[in-house]
This record gives sequence, C-alpha cells and structure tokens, in this order.
Amino acid sequence: MNWNRFRQPDLILKLIGDLTEYKKQVKFMEVCGSHTMAIGHWGLRKLLPENIILISGPGCPVCVTPATIIDSLIKLKSVTITTFGDLMRVPGSHQNLEQARAQGCDIRIVFSPMDALKISQDRETIFIGLGFETTIPGIAFSIVNAAKNNNQNFSVLSLGKLIPPALDALLDDKDLKVDGLILPGHVSTIIGMMPYEFIPYKFGIGGVITGFEPLDIVLGVKTLIENLDHPRIMNEYSRVVRPEGNQIALDLISEVFEITHAQWRGIGEIPDSGLKIKSKYADFDAFRKYDIKTSDLEENPLCLCGNVLKGKILPPECPLFAKTCTPDYPIGPCMVSSEGSCAAYYKYER
Amino acid sequence: MSHGSGAALTRQLIKEVFAGEFRISTLDDAVCIDGSLTVTTDAYVVNPIFFPGGDIGKLSITGTVNDLCMNGSRPAYILASFILEEGFAIDQLHSIVSSMQSTAEEAGVQIIAGDTKVVEKGRCDGLYITTAGIGFLPGGIHLDAGKIRSGDKIIVNGTLGDHAIAIINARQQLGLTPAPESDCAPLHEVIRILLQNTNLKFARDATRGGVATILNEICDDTGLGIIIDESSLPVKYSTRVLCDMLGLDPLYLANEGKLIAFIGEANDDLLSLLKTYKYSYEAAVIGQCTNEVKGVFLRTILGRLRPLLMLASDPLPRIC
Amino acid sequence: MCLAIPAIVVKKTHNDMGIVCLGGVEKEISLMFTPEVRIGDWVMLHTDFAIQIITEEDARETLAIFQEIPPADQREEKI
Repeated sequence: MNWNRFRQPDLILKLIGDLTEYKKQVKFMEVCGSHTMAIGHWGLRKLLPENIILISGPGCPVCVTPATIIDSLIKLKSVTITTFGDLMRVPGSHQNLEQARAQGCDIRIVFSPMDALKISQDRETIFIGLGFETTIPGIAFSIVNAAKNNNQNFSVLSLGKLIPPALDALLDDKDLKVDGLILPGHVSTIIGMMPYEFIPYKFGIGGVITGFEPLDIVLGVKTLIENLDHPRIMNEYSRVVRPEGNQIALDLISEVFEITHAQWRGIGEIPDSGLKIKSKYADFDAFRKYDIKTSDLEENPLCLCGNVLKGKILPPECPLFAKTCTPDYPIGPCMVSSEGSCAAYYKYER
Repeated sequence: MSHGSGAALTRQLIKEVFAGEFRISTLDDAVCIDGSLTVTTDAYVVNPIFFPGGDIGKLSITGTVNDLCMNGSRPAYILASFILEEGFAIDQLHSIVSSMQSTAEEAGVQIIAGDTKVVEKGRCDGLYITTAGIGFLPGGIHLDAGKIRSGDKIIVNGTLGDHAIAIINARQQLGLTPAPESDCAPLHEVIRILLQNTNLKFARDATRGGVATILNEICDDTGLGIIIDESSLPVKYSTRVLCDMLGLDPLYLANEGKLIAFIGEANDDLLSLLKTYKYSYEAAVIGQCTNEVKGVFLRTILGRLRPLLMLASDPLPRIC
Repeated sequence: MCLAIPAIVVKKTHNDMGIVCLGGVEKEISLMFTPEVRIGDWVMLHTDFAIQIITEEDARETLAIFQEIPPADQREEKI
C-alpha cells in the first residue's frame, strides 16, 4: 500500500474545490494537537473556503500537564527520569528538564515506555506517563511488566488523561459555539466510537473520526458539512479505527488504572478525566513512591491559553502571542509543546 | 547558557560575547587572509563517538574540509588537538585516528601537526577533537552572499537529515536495522564541480539547524527572500518515514555532507554532472531567491506558501 | 496528540513482540494489542506498540471515494 496517496495534491485540491459549493459559515473544532499540526503543515486552514473555520482544541497532553510537575521531578536528584521528548522543554518555575539535565540530573528521553523499562534494569527509574488514550495502553503494559518481574526499580508518574470527559466539559461551556468536532484518530483507535455517542444527544452536534493525512482531514470536514442536519458520530478512518476500539488495550488500561478527576492546565479540574494507578500496583506509582505533589502554577494573568484550549479564541487573539510568548520563551501552555495550538499557529499560520 | 540549545541560540551567543570582544563583525567558520590563504578552526564533541557512517575522527576532517572549501578554497593542511578522558580505550583511539587519516587522504589534505592532553575521568566525555585547517583560495574566486540576486537558484547536493537520524538512532538506541548512516563526507569536489559549471555565488554547509536554519541566517544577513519547493526536496524514503514517526522535519535536521549552493547561470548539464559524483548523485534544485517575499518560505505540495521559521532549539524526538 | 505511522509486519517473535519495516528499516515492536496480526499486515505504530491492524481494503475504499471509482467489492458486484 502506498500511503502517499493520502497526500496526493490533485485529490486534496479537488475535494477542497467541492467544498466551495457550501456557503454558510461553519466552525469545527479539531480536538487533537496532531491534527492542528497537520492542518498547519499542509496549510489547510487557509486553503479551505473562508466560511469553513477550524479551531483548535485541548488535545495536547503536554500543554495540559501542570508545570509544577517539572519542579517536583527536578528535585528527585537520585533517580533517573525518563520522558518522551515532548516534555523536555516545558518550563517549570525555574528550569525545564533539559536545563536540569545540563546541570547533572539524570534525565533521559525515551521513545517508548519499553525503553524506560530497559533503563530500569540497572537503576532506579521513573517514567513520566504522559498521554491520552493512545499512549496509555503502552504505559499500562510497562507497569504490568514491572509487576510481573518484580522490578522495584521502575515506577510511573501517571499523568494520563481522557478525551471524552474533556469534550463533555468543554462543550458544556455555553460560550463555545462549534458546529462539529474533528475527533482524534489515534485516541479513537483505542476507545472506538461509543465513548463519543453522548455528544450528538447532549449537545446536538456531530463528530467525525479522521486520520492525519491531508486527504483524511479534508474528507472529515466534508463529512461534517454533509451531515450537519443529522448530527452523529462518524468514522472516516475505518482503515484504522474499529467501532469497538481495541479491546485488549482497553482491558489493560482498566487492569492498571482507575478513573479520577484531573487538573488540566489552562482549563481547570475536569471530573473523571484522569487516570491513577490502582492500589494493586501501588509499588509502581511514582506519586506514592516519592510523595510527589502537584499544585497549580500561577499563570501569567495576560495569558489566554485557557480560552485557546477551550476553542474560544484563536492564538493570535492573545496579547502575548508572538510578542512576549514564543516557542523559545513560552509563557503559556499552548506555546510550550510543538503541537500546542499557539506553537502550531506560530510556526504555520502567521 | 543552555547546552543542547540549537544553532540560533549559539549564533546569538557568538554575536553577543565573542564577536564584540574580538572586535569582528561576525564569527565565520572560516576566513580568508591575504586574499589567498583560508584558515578555519572547529571543535568536535559528537556523542556517540562512533556512529553508523562515521566517527568523531572522520567528522573532524570532513567538517574542517567543508568549512575550508565553502569559500572556494582548496583544502590543504589540517592540525588536530585531542582531549582524551583518562581510560579511553587505545584501540578506539587507533580506529579514530586511522579514519582521520583515510578521510584526509580522500580529501587530499595532510594532517601536519597536533597536540594531545589527557584529563581526569569525568572532565571530558571520552574524546574531544579540535582542528585547524588551512586552504588556498585560487585567484578570481570570490564567493559572497552579497552577490545573490532574485532569480538565483538554490541547489543541495543530496538527501537531507541523514546525519541527524543516524545520531538520534544511535543516541536513543532506537534499534533500527540496518542502522541509518550519517552522510558525513568531504564536499571539496562538489564545490569544484559547481565552480567549474556555474556562476556560483555562495555556498554553505547545512550542518546544525539544517537547511531551514541556514537559509534563514542567509536571509537575515542579506535581506533576501527565498522560496523552497517542498516537492523538490531530496529526502530518503526511510528518513521521511522515521521523521513522521519521531515528529521531526528533515528541513531542520543536521547534515554533515550537504551544502546549499546559490547559483546564477549554470551549464545545462550541471545536475547530470553532479549526479555522476558520489557525494552529489541526488543533487536537486530546491528553490530560488526572489523579491516577492521577505524571509524563507516553503511552497507546500498543495501550492500554498508558508513561512519556514528559524527554530532556536535543536529538534527532539516526540510522540505527540 | 498522538503520532502514529503505518508499518508492515515482517516477523512475529516471542512474547508478543515482532519486527516491522519502516521505509526499508526494521525495528522491534510490541504486537500485544494486535495478537491476530499476520506477517505482511500493516499496523499503526505508536511508541513501539502496534495499536491496530490497518485494513488495506478500507484504505482503498477511502481513496476510491475521491477517485470516483467504485470500491473493489462494488466493482465485483457489477461484473
């Protein structure tokens, strides 16, 4: 299979051309940060007709992770900290992890929780378990594996977050007016379609699961437009997403984690949107093992990331955007991660 | 100061600290004195010391040769200093020195002097190499970014990002097989081909920060506008796939055997000539200079122009 | 929020592990979430875990919508 066919310019442009027949103004939210990045990379926001507006949502796990976590981690001098590269440059109160590493902390970038397990074979290791439903099954696997091998060196700082409760909280906000959702393709690969079914019933809008190639995204927009009058959850990523999701992955998540409330940086606390490690696996829970606390970092009052994450404003509407807040000196959460809405707008949409 | 920061922050450091104190306008990689003698110096701290496609020794020679030849000079002599951590394995040192010698022979340069210091364990990470290079600039050659004009074409001599992917695979132990190889290579012959067959205006090796960063620096210095054509960028299929997996953009990845050349008129067969040589067989015209824009822009495969920013920090692999 | 890429399975090894090919380069990954995968299948790969098997038939159908060619099964019906 040649996956490049999903990047074929003539097909994409023809489809965008078809969309010009639709004249009413509509606003869709792409929930996922990787969609925001892909839309920016391919320049889709400006290629689409002006009446079709795409706004970015909360789907960046790095952005919504409270920054005080960084401070707590840097204090743990005697432990090896392993993290996805995404978190390395997120500012803590004084330092980010990259700066702490330069000063001698043992902080290592890993690409998979399995790499962290390998590192833990000969040293005490914390894996920063950051991510949404796509990433969480792999993290759950690392915990089960450590338990099975009685690997007391290994623990996970569980920062996993769940998308459907966050969407519920966002859409509950009457100020947010969107006509449909572009749903995250890879989260949906794990959870399937069912967890979104409340959206059309409760909020009267539809949602479409799409992939990340430009053709997928434009197809998703077309599907949303064609079904505005019949809001429901649709799947345009059927090559990867099964309606029921991935049951083995879901079972492993519930084996290891229980649902809890979670703090979303920029948004606040969202009920039932986080995952904590069950007491059965308490030995592998870094929060318990090292008594790590998180509190809310005081945000710059001028930073409007909360409204960006909730889809209420576009990044350029924030007074700090591209002035005092840039990817090199990020102030708010949406600028710190390269897939944050503000960073994506800075890179692609100015 | 931030270790691990990228090309742009290092450039800022150079401007703010060194250039001011040394009373020079900028700290170039190489400089031509007396109109014919080009000198350069460079330090090599690559981690890991051995990587697929090369090692710190080969890199120290290709890097020095490339710094010398970018202004059109013929590289001639290299001096090398070694800082060794106590306990560094002697067979590894043999292997590094031997790859320096064979690379030097390939590039037609002689290693003529050097110095060695051994420091206590922990005071250096294995081995650092510092070189000085001497080259001779033939009469009549004067490459200068100031000569670049709207309409000039931009050429790269092959696929982008291969060195960075090789290093990331080795450093992160991604376990890719076969391990992707660094493109580390001397570029004096590519420069010679360009000089003989084009009106070559200016050339730079696209090392740290990649093509996008170097182009931005050139635009900053000259006020030029540049449009790069996404569909023309030479990128190995494996590099492209690995970049998708690691969330990286080949335009921002370091190369050690690639240059960006700005050319005016060229012989019709320039590209086919370049394609016959082993270090430029995938050469391509990737864009051109223009008055239509200010700064560096990418024309995406969908035909839209989007800015290609200077990124201050080296890219890190990510999962989001 | 989650980068994942298609990779083709070239070998199944022990303990739910396997080898995939990524643009000509091979990598060991976990197949524990796709135990039914067969050699030659494409999977979606995220942080070294195959999170789902890609159905090429669905991929072709999606592409067919754009090319205004009926998907393969419908073509067969007509024949």
